[in-house]
Amino acid sequence: MKTDIILAGVGGQGILSIATILGAAALEGGLWLKQAEVHGMSQRGGDVQSNLRLSTDPIHSDLIPLGGADLIVSLEPMEALRYLPWLSPTGWIVTSTAPFNNIPDYPAEEALRAELERQPRIVAFDMDELARKEASPRASNMVLLGAASPFIDLTVEAIENGIRTVFGPKGEKIVMSNIMAFAAGRNKSMSLTR
Amino acid sequence: MKIKRLLLGDEAFALGALDAGLSGAYAYPGTPSTEITEFVQNHPLTAERGIHSHWSSNEKTAYEEALGMSYCGRRSYVAMKHVGINVAADPMVNSAMTGANGGMIVVAADDPSMHSSQNEQDSRFYARFAMIPALEPSNQQEAYDMAAYGFDLSERLRLPVMMRLVTRLSHSRGVVECAPEAREQNPVHFPDDERRWVLMPVNSKVRYLQLIDDYARAEQEAENSPYNITVPGTDRRLGIITSGIAFNYLNEAFGGKCPFTVLKISQYPLPRRRIAELCDAVDTVVVVEEGQPFIEEQLRGLLDRGVKVRGKLDGTLPRTGELNPDAVIDAFAGLCPDIMPARKPVAEVPVEVVRRRPPALCQGCGHRDVYHALIDTLKKYEKPRVFGDIGCYTLGWLSPFNAIDTTVDMGASITMAKGAADAGVHPSVAIIGDSTFTHSGMTGLLDAINEDSDVLIIISDNFTTGMTGGQDSQGTGKLVEICLGLGANPDHLVTIDSLPKNYEDMKELFTQEINHHGCSIVISQRECIQTARRHASEKSKKQ
Repeated sequence: MKTDIILAGVGGQGILSIATILGAAALEGGLWLKQAEVHGMSQRGGDVQSNLRLSTDPIHSDLIPLGGADLIVSLEPMEALRYLPWLSPTGWIVTSTAPFNNIPDYPAEEALRAELERQPRIVAFDMDELARKEASPRASNMVLLGAASPFIDLTVEAIENGIRTVFGPKGEKIVMSNIMAFAAGRNKSMSLTR
Repeated sequence: MKIKRLLLGDEAFALGALDAGLSGAYAYPGTPSTEITEFVQNHPLTAERGIHSHWSSNEKTAYEEALGMSYCGRRSYVAMKHVGINVAADPMVNSAMTGANGGMIVVAADDPSMHSSQNEQDSRFYARFAMIPALEPSNQQEAYDMAAYGFDLSERLRLPVMMRLVTRLSHSRGVVECAPEAREQNPVHFPDDERRWVLMPVNSKVRYLQLIDDYARAEQEAENSPYNITVPGTDRRLGIITSGIAFNYLNEAFGGKCPFTVLKISQYPLPRRRIAELCDAVDTVVVVEEGQPFIEEQLRGLLDRGVKVRGKLDGTLPRTGELNPDAVIDAFAGLCPDIMPARKPVAEVPVEVVRRRPPALCQGCGHRDVYHALIDTLKKYEKPRVFGDIGCYTLGWLSPFNAIDTTVDMGASITMAKGAADAGVHPSVAIIGDSTFTHSGMTGLLDAINEDSDVLIIISDNFTTGMTGGQDSQGTGKLVEICLGLGANPDHLVTIDSLPKNYEDMKELFTQEINHHGCSIVISQRECIQTARRHASEKSKKQ
């Protein structure tokens, strides 16, 4: 088994927490893992991405080859499309449709929506909204993790343990809120792909 | 029983160093090296053993402090980004002359593709120039293991050892097997050969001859290094020399089944015997290395009339930027299409709906308010010049500010503004952050003060080293005293809070100090919004 994931978003949105949680879950599951991310200047509100590779066998490269990703997981619709060259011909996109508009020439929403709808294998919904409704406005990234989880060969239990590991120091209330957001995202994603 | 952990390359080295009996971590923050020392600072062993881990003012002071610890027989490392080696070059080159006593590792974290840097310089050239061995781990496990190996090597050869990391190792996590417990620290013991630590010509002349012998011994070590491995292949058309993380891209490209003999190098000086064996056995050698063509240039030599070499210099691989699996696949698809099929075309980015999203100064950042006031002030002058520096405020070059004309290296704002004033330019303005100021701005300020140069120097003080994630800044709370101590005119040394409500006051102040026609210093103060948020959340947790 191998799953290659491109995690995408805007600096500060919390995609690196998703990577950390999947990392903890993979380690617990005895999998090999490589996860490359970019720090520093690139984090100041610019586009950020992380290459996350999980496998039952040792992994060579920290970077995913073009056309090799099984999943693009994004907190932002335009950012999901930025990494299309990495998506495998059978790969899935899981993205929030909530735009993060911090640039003067952000594309028109209709054009963006039309481009998302053209993608053959995609799970797309407003994750900010679901997070607000079901857990906390700050848990959009856990909704995304939940929405992506049916495509990743890790058990729900292992991922929830990962959430506990990462958010545990912030207290039980925050852990529970994040687990609720994760569950909401997972259910929504499964209802959309059924 | 080994313990498995998930670690960044930076963290793997840091833990390896702790487990190898580290006594002192020395560093100035710089992407992608920062997380090494942050890991040491947060590790329980550091407090338990009293391991030094406080940030230094710059890479040169950090280097010398680490060398001082090595002199006393204890194990130390000094870590920096690649351009930090330029700052530390003086002690680094001379530390090959003194040598090390306790094991000493100098970590140079290179940034090919310039994710967060101003150039792509390859630190392996420095190691060769200084004549010290270098290690280049290819994965997180090697980054861990090579810390202990590097300290041992350093103590065996009595030389500092360079550890060359690159962004994609420093900032990539992988599974690492770690030792169950840390080795004991070295006791303090002074070097037995005192003369080589006093680099007067009379001693240096003797020592330099020894260093040449030491470097030959270092090459012998590399010939027999467990990290320089030959993976034999059956197809003799090509042989491959690769190093560090490029080895991973090669394995990825060939799916782990390369038909050609591969010599993977992770320890320098280059092992000439091993390289000769490979070159003698194949028709053409392909060099796949991350960074500048360091191995390739040496292999080709000046005249390039010997071994047939393919690599970055003939366009087989991209000359600039970091490597990746695709670049390696493309190279071999060109060299041996019978073995490596060309890549299938991939989806294109729908450019009509995907726009550039450059990084920007945070909302609520004091640098923003300084720039707004400064650019509005300068509108009334004909040819103002603003000399920028290295930090978050470098983003002031971008829209909507377009506020600075130059950014070169740490501290160059003040000195270049002085040079421009010397050339007769007015207004000549420097803008520098607090951490960059104490890193390399203070000495330049002394020059400007001594000549009362016609410059306005703005120290945009956010009480932290912001760009690298908010590490302690060495001048916090002391900037006024530092400037006064350097002899600044107290009448033209003014502090102001860089808040939106002070926009008019800032403009007036800048105008007044530009019209002063002498060396003026404005310290604009406001806590970094990122660290302010962190402090607020820590405070609310305590309540």
